[in-house]
Amino acid sequence: MKKAHNPQRFRPGAAGHAFITLATVVFLSAGCNDAVAPANFLTDTTSAFGEYNAELAHAPSVPPAPTFGHPEKVIVHLEVVEKVMQLADGVNYTYWTFGGSVPGPMIRVTAGDEVEMHLSNDPNNKMPHNIDLHAVCGPGGGAEATLTVPGHTSIFSFRALKPGLYVYHCATAPVGMHIANGMYGMILVDPKEGYPAVDKEFYLMQGEFYTKGKNGQPGLQPFDMDKAIKEQPEYVVFNGSVGGATGTHALRAKVGDRIRIFVGNGGPNLVSSFHIIGQIFDRVYEEGGNEVHENIQTTVIPAGGSAIVEFTCREPGVYSIVDHSIFRAFNKGALAQLVVTGPADKTVYSGKIKDELFQPGNPVAQSDEETAGPPAPDLPEEVRYKSGHQLFDMNCSACHQNSGLGMPGAIPPLAKSDFLMNRSDKGIGVLLNGIDGEAISVNGKPFQGVMPNLHLSDQQIADILTYVRNSWGNKSPVIQEKEVRKIRNQ
Amino acid sequence: MKTLVALSLLCCSMRLPAQPSGMVRIPGGVFTPFLQTGARPSKITVADFYLDKHAVTNAEFLQFVRANPSWKRSCVTRIFADSNYLQHWAGDLDIGDPRAANSPVTNISWFAADAYCRWKGNRLPTMTEWEYAAGAAPVHYKGRANTRHDLSRLILEWYDHPAPSILPPVMSTYRNSFGLYDMHGLVWEWVEDFNSILPANGGPGPFVCGAGSIGTANKEDYAAYMRFALRQSLRAEYTVRTLGFRCARDIAPRDIVKK
Repeated sequence: MKKAHNPQRFRPGAAGHAFITLATVVFLSAGCNDAVAPANFLTDTTSAFGEYNAELAHAPSVPPAPTFGHPEKVIVHLEVVEKVMQLADGVNYTYWTFGGSVPGPMIRVTAGDEVEMHLSNDPNNKMPHNIDLHAVCGPGGGAEATLTVPGHTSIFSFRALKPGLYVYHCATAPVGMHIANGMYGMILVDPKEGYPAVDKEFYLMQGEFYTKGKNGQPGLQPFDMDKAIKEQPEYVVFNGSVGGATGTHALRAKVGDRIRIFVGNGGPNLVSSFHIIGQIFDRVYEEGGNEVHENIQTTVIPAGGSAIVEFTCREPGVYSIVDHSIFRAFNKGALAQLVVTGPADKTVYSGKIKDELFQPGNPVAQSDEETAGPPAPDLPEEVRYKSGHQLFDMNCSACHQNSGLGMPGAIPPLAKSDFLMNRSDKGIGVLLNGIDGEAISVNGKPFQGVMPNLHLSDQQIADILTYVRNSWGNKSPVIQEKEVRKIRNQ
Repeated sequence: MKTLVALSLLCCSMRLPAQPSGMVRIPGGVFTPFLQTGARPSKITVADFYLDKHAVTNAEFLQFVRANPSWKRSCVTRIFADSNYLQHWAGDLDIGDPRAANSPVTNISWFAADAYCRWKGNRLPTMTEWEYAAGAAPVHYKGRANTRHDLSRLILEWYDHPAPSILPPVMSTYRNSFGLYDMHGLVWEWVEDFNSILPANGGPGPFVCGAGSIGTANKEDYAAYMRFALRQSLRAEYTVRTLGFRCARDIAPRDIVKK
């Protein structure tokens, strides 16, 4: 991920500059051999050598690492935009944003850089705004210098003294409401020597929303001050909305990639129990600072704080990234996905090997597989349909929706789906094995097919498919367990 | 500047009518200001005054510009108004879209609002007067109850929606118990002493970082925080697309005698 920057990209007259760079390198090496002199001649406040406009990146992307090796003047332009965007399926919210997205774009500089912030407030906004960057040492973190009325721009500069991953947010009164409406993002200050190289870097930020309507109530939802004061959000999300980092917005990597995620928590109130289901973090830069802890399952991220997590995926699959304060993930949207593709390694993870009957008191377990058990009885359609309806609601409806319509662009529809209804295996193969990132076409629309293997039994698959293939205008004969078993054993 | 001096001389010689048209007499009373300096909320007494029933409209402001060419968009100096002054108009003396005629005039500086009020023989309301008048409960707003709490909620709901490209006309939101229209929910409004919340040394005001969690009368009055934060972010030559004004007038001495 770490890209070498071509200085010419940013500065005309780079020839003269290259000479200065060389001189610095010589200086530095001399310093390293001298036990008495400070190890680094560049003090915290050494003048910047050149200047360039920061390249910002919207989540889940991360800007390339700056690789100058000396202080630069970095110019950052951020615009505040108030706009209506989707918070959840059918639910809209008037977001207040840095750069038109929640979280705001990531700013990346190097320790020692001089950062010149230009904060513009869109003329169509109603509110004054400012910015408090936790990377700033100075009153208000920049907030005092940047209070900006709509239609104006404020400029201030600061020195990025300490490396780490820092939150920025609006600090205009009422502060909580400005943050609750989405006004947060991250500024990454790379150590002078940079972070160790990895294959993939991602940007995730948690935040919660306090809407007047309960979770899922459709329409444009206003901010609810009472719920915010009581700290009882309706939504807890990654990257600004339910589904902000799942489906087509999911993080994607390959087996063996060394992955680094810059995780922030905008709050405004909740502390996150950050966890990836089925992964162990090799390294965690606790709270985004210098301290590295190894082999961590769940790391706490305070509101207005961060963590940098690193790990390597050994096994392909769809990994859920959650706030392990788990009702937030299950009921309020705190779910992101990491899709890892590549060859499986059975020495790391076997998957389900077999399903056995468990009869307490009877030491001899009986296998439930086709070779051992009697053939399952055929059941009438209405019995399978009823059971399938319940199983669908539990296992499938979160993505495919109760309407069977899926989510445009992210989750394919099942209702009148040519992909489902025209399959010779009637969809049994999909439920048995899941779909691993292959591009599919449903009713003429492309989807990145990512469906987990849910490890359902033959009976469950027969019931679900009977329901799905006879709902929302679909029509086909009942599916019996023996059909599923046949395909499973192929 | 000459014009201003001439105008103020003119006002002094004007006879003030007993009940200025388009204005409402606001009965004085005791008021708890939002910003508090001491430990306990202090109260202040507000005297009777007149206040415009609704915000000044584009059409009304056009009359003012016609009568005072120095306030034309192309004539005004940058000291008195920034470059967005009346930028939503089609020309110096042309409002543009006729639907905007009865909408509140915005994109005007404090100097322009002040000059308009003087031209009418009036003045801008003080922050105390404005806040006192705006705190009155709605008597009619989408059939809702008239509690103070509800007023705060309807303000927050308005802030929650982006401003439309043409602002709604005046008297389109709600009337309060003083008989004033749209004190909230249509535009922000200039007040005479908008910058008085800045400390004298020009340093940071009360709302940065510490965030007003101390020194206010009601920590749950988010709408008031927003108004005061906006005032703090302004300078007298600034213009904002959602910032308008209305005028106030003292009660003439003989009116007080009558009372």
